Amino acid sequence: MAFEGLSERLQSTLSKMRGKGKISEADVKEMMREVRLALLEADVNFKVVKQFVNDVKERAVGQDVMKSLTPGQQVVKIVHEELSNLMGSDVVPISFSQKPPTVVMMVGLQGAGKTTTTGKLANLIRKKHNRSPLLVAADIYRPAAIKQLETLGKQLDLPVFSLGDQVKPEEIVTKALEYAKTNHHDFVLIDTAGRLHIDETLMGELENVKTIAKPNEIFLVVDSMTGQDAVNVADSFNEKLGITGVVLTKLDGDTRGGAALSIKAVTGAPIKFVGLGEKLDALEPFHPERMASRILGMGDVLSLIEKAETQMDQDAAKELESKIRDASFTFDDFIEQLAQVKNMGPIDELLSMLPGAGKMKGLKNVQIDEKQLDHVEAIIRSMTKHERANPEVLNASRRKRIAKGSGRSIQEVNRLIKQFDDMKKMMKQMSGQMKGKKKGLGLPFF
Amino acid sequence: MSFFKKLKEKLTTSTQEVSQKFTEGLTKTRDGFASAVNDLVYRFREVDEDFFDELEDLLIQADVGVTTTMDLVEDLKEEVKRRNLKDPVAVRDALVEVVAKRLQEDESDRELNMQDGLTVILFVGVNGVGKTTTIGKLAHQLKSEGRSVMLAAGDTFRAGAIEQLQVWGERVGVPVIRQTEGSDPAAVVFDAVQAAKSRNMDVLICDTAGRLQNKVNLMKELEKVKRVIEREVPNGPHEVLLALDATTGQNAMVQAKAFKEATNVSGIVLTKLDGTAKGGIVLAIRNELDIPVKYVGLGEKIDDLQEFDPEQFVLGLFGDVFEDKNEGALTEKEDTNEDLA
Ligand SMILES: Nc1nc2c(ncn2[C@@H]2O[C@H](COP(=O)(O)OP(=O)(O)OP(=O)(O)O)[C@@H](O)[C@H]2O)c(=O)[nH]1
Ligand SMILES: Nc1nc2c(ncn2[C@@H]2O[C@H](COP(=O)(O)OP(=O)(O)OP(=O)(O)O)[C@@H](O)[C@H]2O)c(=O)[nH]1
Ligand SMILES: [Mg+2]
Ligand SMILES: [Mg+2]
Repeated sequence: MAFEGLSERLQSTLSKMRGKGKISEADVKEMMREVRLALLEADVNFKVVKQFVNDVKERAVGQDVMKSLTPGQQVVKIVHEELSNLMGSDVVPISFSQKPPTVVMMVGLQGAGKTTTTGKLANLIRKKHNRSPLLVAADIYRPAAIKQLETLGKQLDLPVFSLGDQVKPEEIVTKALEYAKTNHHDFVLIDTAGRLHIDETLMGELENVKTIAKPNEIFLVVDSMTGQDAVNVADSFNEKLGITGVVLTKLDGDTRGGAALSIKAVTGAPIKFVGLGEKLDALEPFHPERMASRILGMGDVLSLIEKAETQMDQDAAKELESKIRDASFTFDDFIEQLAQVKNMGPIDELLSMLPGAGKMKGLKNVQIDEKQLDHVEAIIRSMTKHERANPEVLNASRRKRIAKGSGRSIQEVNRLIKQFDDMKKMMKQMSGQMKGKKKGLGLPFF
Repeated sequence: MSFFKKLKEKLTTSTQEVSQKFTEGLTKTRDGFASAVNDLVYRFREVDEDFFDELEDLLIQADVGVTTTMDLVEDLKEEVKRRNLKDPVAVRDALVEVVAKRLQEDESDRELNMQDGLTVILFVGVNGVGKTTTIGKLAHQLKSEGRSVMLAAGDTFRAGAIEQLQVWGERVGVPVIRQTEGSDPAAVVFDAVQAAKSRNMDVLICDTAGRLQNKVNLMKELEKVKRVIEREVPNGPHEVLLALDATTGQNAMVQAKAFKEATNVSGIVLTKLDGTAKGGIVLAIRNELDIPVKYVGLGEKIDDLQEFDPEQFVLGLFGDVFEDKNEGALTEKEDTNEDLA
């Protein structure tokens, strides 16, 4: 059950108003109600929502939403802008210490993703900033927490400092910093145990660690699926420790992630990174306007496009785009796409970034099992050149022959052809939506 | 017997039964919620639209979700009309009643479906919600009931996951069937089932890697694990328990739906209820899905697992409200009236 995005919500509100001529102030109020509901369903804290809706309403009434021919779009635009502004205007980089080592402390609730993010961050720092990181295992409570960090260290081929689970975190950190200095590690990441923000003892422990480590950054790691309680958690951690940044994890899921807005609103600390998977390279800088789109249910189109762009040959992309436009896409293009898609990573991940992916009939029918790609390839390769370029000639007897040739069932062949048709229809729709865009973009909609 | 009499009786007769731990764990939850309700009740002298609006905010703040909140408040409005309730205290009581009813709907099947022979329990859920920890706690509970328990280290993916389960196995004193990191989870579970059979175990609990419900391939992998159990054990798995983090917002509903579809989830464990998250998602889950909540997690220690008892839950959630009603509330209200007079 994916929730309705703001655009859809406003659409249905507006269709009720249609025929009345101009939009009244009461209509704006009605639209604001939809904005409120959309944000609440996205898990933005209700107090934050209230404030936000008030601000937006002022702008909406002040600006010419009421006179606009497309009041729905106008409202979406304002909401989107305000959301982006609220979540920060730009990517905020890590602050490095003048005098090495730079020390980063990871804190947060249980299971938020601290240990994993510690590994990811170390990886990124080494790659992008050419530093020599040391990972510090300061979680002495969770069973096998040290082993977990050590395993990540091994995968990354990075050193992990540990004194076992019988030594206090304060002491571990003290020794770790000495170790870092003598061994010339200029970047120290401290993985701490998950804890409840209301746990006085354990919060006190973090304060001690902070005093000892004098970290340049204290990152609050937050699960993007967090609900209304995000404000309490963020507020407590911030009050006790003064967090300098936030890492939002598990954004590869399908949550709207309204917690991002709540946390920013109560702490003022910038969201610096987002976690997009369990693997150690799945950490990316935070983009406010993408997050805004996501919260509003508009899909993470930009991320998808960026991903597509980096993976695709630009010329091929342009050519594909024009094919999508005039819908002259053939099975030959399809098979080329398959190869591209295979290079891009898990398909379900890509699809989940598409706006309204859940609703598109064409998409739903497309099987996303990666193994099936091979079957698809086999089927297409059993078509003649003529058939590939002119799919409409694929009658029953041709289909039977293709099934035999590829070793797949006739049903599978039928399904593929049906999917191909669906996809073409979808491309037509999408190309309509893409016309407004400046850049030439090829989206491999498999 | 009237609803409130019954609850009152339950409150007095079962106070001792209401385990210390449960009450402690829920104190935060209850205090927050109950005092907010009380605030609300005393701020409004009359029950009007504003009152219901505020009530809506309150439920939304507890992660109940917009749809369920609206439903609930709608019911409440009706109840208020039907009973011709005027004063907020009476309305508050109606609220408690409506909520309790929702939670009590599926009373029948909140116990584990234990077999005479081998019982297989499969744990599923998204990343970091508390599957492995809950398995440790549950194994401890079942073992102390005199059953022989075995664990299967079906999370072969996450760093340190096998060792984590191993530590729990040692703590509880039960065997853990494991293979190396990266091996096929279905194969681990297959091995474990054979081991459990040959060693005549009462219960086998299978851990699985955390996975986000929108990852098609990972969900398929989970289906495969389940199929292995189906094939190897008659009527197995006998329980598929979905771990949900009480801190999770509306996505928990999406999770429940997706995991139900993939593995036919038979029950929910609501973890981390010892935090300040209100756990209101339980209401939404009861309302929209037909999956009973079986356990709640109230901490990281071995005995921090409690059976989910809807009445206890409501009593915990509204405990203060009741005490107020039966003792202090009326006087307080009279006081208010006097003040105003
Ligand atoms: N899909 C996905 N999973 C993630 C992400 N970040 C972390 N995880 C997973 O979330 C789970 C918990 O991650 P950990 O790093 O152990 O979390 P933690 O905060 O260190 O947990 P504690 O130390 O127990 O408090 C693991 O299964 C991770 O693989 C992410 O960005 N995406
Ligand atoms: N406060 C609290 N913490 C809990 C509870 N249950 C689990 N935890 C903690 O939450 C974190 C994650 O728990 P795990 O059992 O590793 O979660 P998991 O679902 O197995 O995680 P993955 O296997 O990585 O998906 C650990 O730090 C646990 O100690 C609970 O009821 N209350
Ligand atoms: Mg950790
Ligand atoms: Mg686990």
